[in-house]
Amino acid sequence: MSETVDLGMPEALSQVPRTEVKQSAKDFKTDQEVRWCPGCGDYAILAGVQSFLPELGLARENIVFISGIGCSSRFPYYMNTYGVHSIHGRAPAIATGLAVSRPDLSVWVITGDGDSLSIGGNHLIHALRRNVNLKILLFNNRIYGLTKGQYSPTSEVGKITKSTPLGSIDNPFNPISLALGAEATFVARTIDSDRKHLVDTLRQAAHHEGTALVEIYQNCNIFNDGAFDPLKDANTRDDELIRLVHGEPIRFGSDGGRGVVRAADGTLEVVDVAAVGADALLVHDATAEDPSVAFALSRLSDPVTLDDTPIGVFRNVARPSYDQQVRAQLDTAAKDGPGDLAALIAGSDTWQVA
Amino acid sequence: MRDAATRFVERTTGALQGASEGAGRSGDDEAGVVSKQVVQLDRVIIRFAGDSGDGMQLTGDRFTSSTAAFGNDLSTLPDFPAEIRAPAGTLPGVSAFQLHFADHDIMTPGDAPNVLVAMNPAALKANLKDLPRGADLIVNTDEFTKRNMSKVGYETSPLEDGSLESYAVHPIPLTSLTVEALKEFDLGKKEAERAKNMFALGLLSWLYHRPTESTVEFLKSKFAKKPEILAANLAAFEAGWAFGETTEDFSVQYEVKPATMTAGTYRNITGNLALSYGLVAAGRQTGLPVFLGSYPITPASDILHELSKHKKFGVTTFQAEDEIAGVGAALGAAYGGALGVTTTSGPGIALKSETIGLAVALELPLLVIDVQRGGPSTGLPTKTEQADLLQAMFGRNGEAPIPIVAPSSPADCFHAAIEAARIATVYRTPVMLLSDGYLANGAEPWRIPDVDALPDLTVRYTTEPNHELPDGSKDFWPYLRDPKTLARPWAVPGTPGLEHRIGGIEKADGTGAISYDPANHDKMVRLRQAKVDGIEVPDLEVDDPSGEARVLVLGWGSTYGPIGAGCRRVRREGLTVAQAHLRHLNPFPANLEAVLRRYDKVLIPEMNLGQLALLIRGRFLVDAVGYNQVRGLPFKAEELAGVIKDVITSV
Repeated sequence: MSETVDLGMPEALSQVPRTEVKQSAKDFKTDQEVRWCPGCGDYAILAGVQSFLPELGLARENIVFISGIGCSSRFPYYMNTYGVHSIHGRAPAIATGLAVSRPDLSVWVITGDGDSLSIGGNHLIHALRRNVNLKILLFNNRIYGLTKGQYSPTSEVGKITKSTPLGSIDNPFNPISLALGAEATFVARTIDSDRKHLVDTLRQAAHHEGTALVEIYQNCNIFNDGAFDPLKDANTRDDELIRLVHGEPIRFGSDGGRGVVRAADGTLEVVDVAAVGADALLVHDATAEDPSVAFALSRLSDPVTLDDTPIGVFRNVARPSYDQQVRAQLDTAAKDGPGDLAALIAGSDTWQVA
Repeated sequence: MRDAATRFVERTTGALQGASEGAGRSGDDEAGVVSKQVVQLDRVIIRFAGDSGDGMQLTGDRFTSSTAAFGNDLSTLPDFPAEIRAPAGTLPGVSAFQLHFADHDIMTPGDAPNVLVAMNPAALKANLKDLPRGADLIVNTDEFTKRNMSKVGYETSPLEDGSLESYAVHPIPLTSLTVEALKEFDLGKKEAERAKNMFALGLLSWLYHRPTESTVEFLKSKFAKKPEILAANLAAFEAGWAFGETTEDFSVQYEVKPATMTAGTYRNITGNLALSYGLVAAGRQTGLPVFLGSYPITPASDILHELSKHKKFGVTTFQAEDEIAGVGAALGAAYGGALGVTTTSGPGIALKSETIGLAVALELPLLVIDVQRGGPSTGLPTKTEQADLLQAMFGRNGEAPIPIVAPSSPADCFHAAIEAARIATVYRTPVMLLSDGYLANGAEPWRIPDVDALPDLTVRYTTEPNHELPDGSKDFWPYLRDPKTLARPWAVPGTPGLEHRIGGIEKADGTGAISYDPANHDKMVRLRQAKVDGIEVPDLEVDDPSGEARVLVLGWGSTYGPIGAGCRRVRREGLTVAQAHLRHLNPFPANLEAVLRRYDKVLIPEMNLGQLALLIRGRFLVDAVGYNQVRGLPFKAEELAGVIKDVITSV
């Protein structure tokens, strides 16, 4: 489960200073009162992040959380690191400027389904295609919480909300499919209530060189309570959840009786293992350069019932990060010493007046 | 070929010296050269006009460069369509370049041309209205075909129907002369025809005694990898010069002596280039890496292009996915300790407004460059206007004051950028710099400053806690202000012990924690305003040679040249007028009110419908009168002189 894939790449955190001091979750808590609704899934994610960060051993002052607007975006106030609570949808853009100019920082973006997929959709896809060193945690609760319950771009068709009394009619985004379409180099999904899986996914994201998108299914107990219950309920989850593990056959179900195979038409399908044999199962390869199998995996789940929902790392491939390449160009330009301002502004075409 | 070009430069240089020394005689004895009379002029305005594809901007640019090299003072006005290639031969496709040069200091690209070069009927039709009677008109007759003339509504040929008889028309088959001159080259007809702008440049260079060296050097470098094209362009250029020498159509040659200018090393520079260099210099003077986040937009893109070349100076350029991301990335970089810059034009400012508001709330340094163009909406992308002043002042939600700096000439853009960086870093605030299309693309000679004399703007980040808790331990309060500047500390990520969170939600004074307290919000709004109001800016200087003027002409930004030229004209007529020009629009200079009250009348010419006038009237209850034109072009000196005289006679 907690495999680390060696991609032969510069490690994302290699330039971030480390601390000798042993850290604990408590070190990452602030004195600010956490103001999410009691029972909100955000608490679990916050606790998960705070409990996970110490293992990275990074200097706390070199970690930055940047968020947009929405319930999830209050997150930075509760992290005892550097942080910016910015404006709606723009966190990836702001974080890009920071990450490109500061290789010594571990930069995290906290966003929600409205923030990143509606108002900030453009910034998200461009951050993903550029492969900037950002770790984007997308809290997906499939609803607008802070504005009190309108449907979101991930709400299922037919969602009845304050702004859609007759049911929503627009087709939702699948964030994983969207990220893969933007050719993101790291794409994963996890669940707020599964601490172990959450932390394991965060770990892989943190070390990934480039943009990592982690979709976190998060329960809004006020406006969309139980949205992910089929994936959480002890009676159903094993039959609904497909846990992707790199290098392992894709097999699930309470008795391991179901699995994923390639269908005759090239798509993927869920089958009974007994009918096809274990050897026929698709072996998950997160490092596959071609994203089409990862995309096909992202299409398996039913957007309404959540049947056959994969979680884990869909894609984890090596590609030089944008910021690394920007700095390489700067270094190359400066290798013969700094620029001469006087020579620059004089140019080549001057004349003297005595 | 190289030798031929060098010989040409030497020969033409000799001709110049000869002409300057001996009255009325060319210094060249080569056979076939007609001796021409040389007439001294104190200033000349030339306009090159042709189709977008005719290379008029390049021609004007080269003529400008040799004029600068000769030592004349000069000012230019490129005027081109927004379309890259509008349909050939049509009025919308006309591209023009006007150059004013003189033996004394001048302030504008000039009102009416002394010479119009019209490369086709459309160029003639579009520009003739600006040409005063008696002016020289050089027409490329080859393009005056029935078809081309009917495209622009000429039923009869203006070259033959007598409609041009009040001008000194020089009908010249520029295209066929060029093709003839290039017949020995292995070029197609189309390629040969394309060199006609160089033929025209050669002719004008002869006519006005321009040195040829810089154009020859330019062509050599531009076509270094295409020797055939280089040879053809040089040949066309030389042929144009030789045509001037030999034709009987031009009986005189003109000379404009070099201007007397302050001693120093000069170069020619456009506003966008000066602004780019100013940003590089601001990085050096502040000691901060420059980070530009930008999205291409006319007429600001050249700054992005230019800065992308200067990575050696630690300048990072980021071409963002949109205007919002451009400013967002710049703000993110500023949070990390860089000199964050975003460049755009009016429509881009509209998109960036929310992020600029965030920068106001975060109180981080940020440079926002608005190269204004005609608006609203897409408006006139390639034309100039000053109608973003109120957008810069007020175009954000809530009370979100930001300082505004406006350069007054192309070269001044260099110093304005440094000044904007000073304010941004000292006061930890976004600063708006308002350039415009006229400054951006216009050029003037620039006495290159001594970089060691530039102001020291060294920035020191905060590295220590600034607050003591009751138990004696140290704490960092991100909104504890400097009592003098009201600036908050700039503690960048990576600084141990100063971890803090900031955001767009209202913050408690001092601690920076989220606060919805009514009294705190009122206090913070007033603090942010007081910080901007308290920015130290130099006093306004007034130019009133007689000391007896009763009328003050107040301007801002790119109208400096036309207003100054207008005032000079009025003074030459024996009237008195004072001129003052605002470089700081927010806050205003401390002495502005006193200056305004010294005069019976204040006239404010603006390329908008009265935006500075509104601020002045609202702020000082001064009954200023406006003079407002929004034609996409700078004011003309003569027009302003008339307006100023009217105001003087009315008081």
